[in-house]
Amino acid sequence: MPVYTLSVNGKGLKVDVAEDTPLLWVLRDHLRLLGTKYGCGVGQCGACTVHMNGSAMRSCLLPISSVGAAKITTIEGLSANGDHPVQKAWEEVDVPQCGYCQSGQIMTAAAFLKQVPKPTMEQIKSAMNGNICRCGAYHRIREAVQVASTKTK
Amino acid sequence: MIMNKTLHQGRRNFLRQATLAGGGLFLGFSWFEEAGATEQMLQVLHPDIDVTGFNSYLSIAKDGIVTIASPNPELGQNIRTSFAQIVAEELDANWSKVKVVQAPLDTKRFDRQLTGGSGAIPHSWKRLRTAGATARQMLMQAAATQWGVPVSECKTENGFVLHSSGKKLGYGELAATASKLEVPKDIALKDFKDFKIIGKPIRNVENRNIVTGKPLFGLDFYRDGMVYAVIQRPPAFGAKIKSASVDAAKASPGVLDVVTFNNNVAVVAKSTWEAMKAKKLLKVEYEADKALESSTDHEKIFTDLMDNGQAQTKRKDGDVDAAFKNAAKVLKAEYQCPFIPHNPMEPMNFFADVTEDGIELIGPTQTPQAARKAVSDLLKVPEDKITVDITRLGGGFGRRLKFDYAVEAAQISSLIKKPVKLIWSREDDMTGGSYRPAVRYRFEAALDASGNIIAYKCKGVGLNEGNSLRQDNFPAGAVDNYLMETVNHVTPITVGAWRAPVTNFLAYAEQSFLDEVAEAAGKDPVQMRLDLLKRAKEKPVGAIKYDIARMDTVIRTAAEKAGWGKKKDVFQGFSVYFSHASYVAQICEMVVKNGKPEISKIYAVSDCGVVVNESGAKQQVMGAIVDGYGHAMFGKLVFKAGEPEQKNFDRYRLIRMSEIPDVDASFINNGIDPTGLGEPALPPTGGAVANALYKATGVRVRKQPFVDQPPFKKG
Repeated sequence: MPVYTLSVNGKGLKVDVAEDTPLLWVLRDHLRLLGTKYGCGVGQCGACTVHMNGSAMRSCLLPISSVGAAKITTIEGLSANGDHPVQKAWEEVDVPQCGYCQSGQIMTAAAFLKQVPKPTMEQIKSAMNGNICRCGAYHRIREAVQVASTKTK
Repeated sequence: MIMNKTLHQGRRNFLRQATLAGGGLFLGFSWFEEAGATEQMLQVLHPDIDVTGFNSYLSIAKDGIVTIASPNPELGQNIRTSFAQIVAEELDANWSKVKVVQAPLDTKRFDRQLTGGSGAIPHSWKRLRTAGATARQMLMQAAATQWGVPVSECKTENGFVLHSSGKKLGYGELAATASKLEVPKDIALKDFKDFKIIGKPIRNVENRNIVTGKPLFGLDFYRDGMVYAVIQRPPAFGAKIKSASVDAAKASPGVLDVVTFNNNVAVVAKSTWEAMKAKKLLKVEYEADKALESSTDHEKIFTDLMDNGQAQTKRKDGDVDAAFKNAAKVLKAEYQCPFIPHNPMEPMNFFADVTEDGIELIGPTQTPQAARKAVSDLLKVPEDKITVDITRLGGGFGRRLKFDYAVEAAQISSLIKKPVKLIWSREDDMTGGSYRPAVRYRFEAALDASGNIIAYKCKGVGLNEGNSLRQDNFPAGAVDNYLMETVNHVTPITVGAWRAPVTNFLAYAEQSFLDEVAEAAGKDPVQMRLDLLKRAKEKPVGAIKYDIARMDTVIRTAAEKAGWGKKKDVFQGFSVYFSHASYVAQICEMVVKNGKPEISKIYAVSDCGVVVNESGAKQQVMGAIVDGYGHAMFGKLVFKAGEPEQKNFDRYRLIRMSEIPDVDASFINNGIDPTGLGEPALPPTGGAVANALYKATGVRVRKQPFVDQPPFKKG
């Protein structure tokens, strides 16, 4: 099996896996970065969202062979002390119910706010629409994105 | 941080201490890593009961940290936070020093260690309060003795015992002394009005771990040496394996073994992806003894059994036939719902390590005790040789009341003699059964010339539903002639409890039918319900399960809050339901834009007694409404030859952010002992939406999912 050198959360990491292995399972099974979740495996739920060169990306459909030198950021690397404005807003608004989808929601929100720092509610809804929350915590997710946008410089 | 299992070692020490002390209170031993293994701790058991029967306990370390063990599985109902709040309230603890940990399955120490039926808070309310109050009393006694003053001169506040002279000692300083005291009995509990921690919008204690991606869930459990298993199950309900060719899968990279048991072929590999990939190489042929069922067959079954099925009478008041003969007006309508899956975001998974010494089970389950028993029965290993650790659950909605996946994991581990993590794919979960049953109801109402309901009938035909009714629920008690009948049809499609079982659909059907009745009677739907309640109060017919005054209050409060009937260009639909001992009234508002109905808002007024956590309670109500609305609108499985057509979220539509209505959630908060809230806000939603839709469009939607019906789709 080929050896890939990945850039994950600012570190160079080597993995020896089949080329079609999705980034999701490399992160989870091989690098033990377990914040990135498996939800559907077909890119529909967003639980597996990571950043690839700063943009939100579904890791369940991304074969390791196509990652190359791209900079991958997972929820564990979003901030040094869990103090990214989105994470802080999530705590403040008391968003999580079961919590399983939340790392994907947070990663989507963080990438979105980087592009659109002061979004309207309509923009928030549209940006977050790809992430399913089965508990239905959507009201607080959208509120938290808005709160985070006031914390972003 | 990799989650490792550390609790059992500590638990054994803990139990040894318990045996040595032999009483309700003892000098404990830290079984929580973070508190430090050498610290002395105060342990309080529930004083009313000897060893079993308490539901949580607390310990206080020297540094004043209060640790509360939460025995119930956490799946998003926020039980860990709520339980801790209740204990901390009566303890007068400093909330910032309270920690909560998940207890493993321990039937000797905990009772009702399960999540289901919105039952944990009502069950544990007094137990948790008593535990906190008992510890508080002992800490006060310890301080009083040390100071040489009467305990009546002491009080507590925010983690300290205070004396009228100004002396002050922290709980941590008193814990060791207090632990040697006799456990007091008949402890007085606080008055509802004096609550400082209960009722506050205290944030989820797990927030930080969740937003930083800590491995809390079953799927996040990893252990060195563990292998990964996936299972190929029959694709159709009613099918069984005819032959299996597994060579290609076995030869696939990373595959360690392929084992067949029951109707399953399990692929075991060195990683999840290698197992998933190899599963696709399995060539399994299936056969069936009988014709496999399609949704079109279900339609015929419903129609046939509604008239010809063997009905079981669940309730009969008065002479229904005579009343219908004498009626001035008769109404009849049928409502129907499809099978739907639970779809918790974390797919089913479990870790099992079956060895000669015993069995270790770790994972997300709502019913750890039942899982252990099933594994014990299957593998003929006594239950005391099986441990179960409960991880956080990535949603449940009833799916994880079933423990089939835990049993499968244990079976695979026993076959391959390795520690194994079994993972279901999303497709496995969506096609794997345990669905909400499909049901059709027929309602009939007889009205007199003044529009009063003189007779009311409901017949439910369920596919694997058993009793599809709640026969003693509203409007039972308010109608002289009343008949409730249920028919069950057994199908190979497996079912299970789905959040608010039965009522998640029955409430919609009934509340929508009552709207039809109100219209036929020329009455306002809210006023008609209030009149029925008045009737049930003044001249009750038979036994009822609901409290008339509490239902009356939520109805009136919701009508007032939403400005029922007073808004221009807003179409309102009303619904109220009693379930899981709580009362929820909802008013759905719709507007019409470009000729199309659009949901704008749902008001919900809930009476669950005391609101334990305002933030968590609102979350439960908002989430339940999104859940109830989303599934009423979109949820369906369509079967073709025993196989569901929807296998993943590409074809199964779950509600998304852009589709939700605004929600105004409020509570009666009347000081009555709390009842459940994980489910009760879901049942009324479908009815409120359907009734608003009727007002907005003139179209009555009698079948779920709504999106497949007029006015959304041409019928």
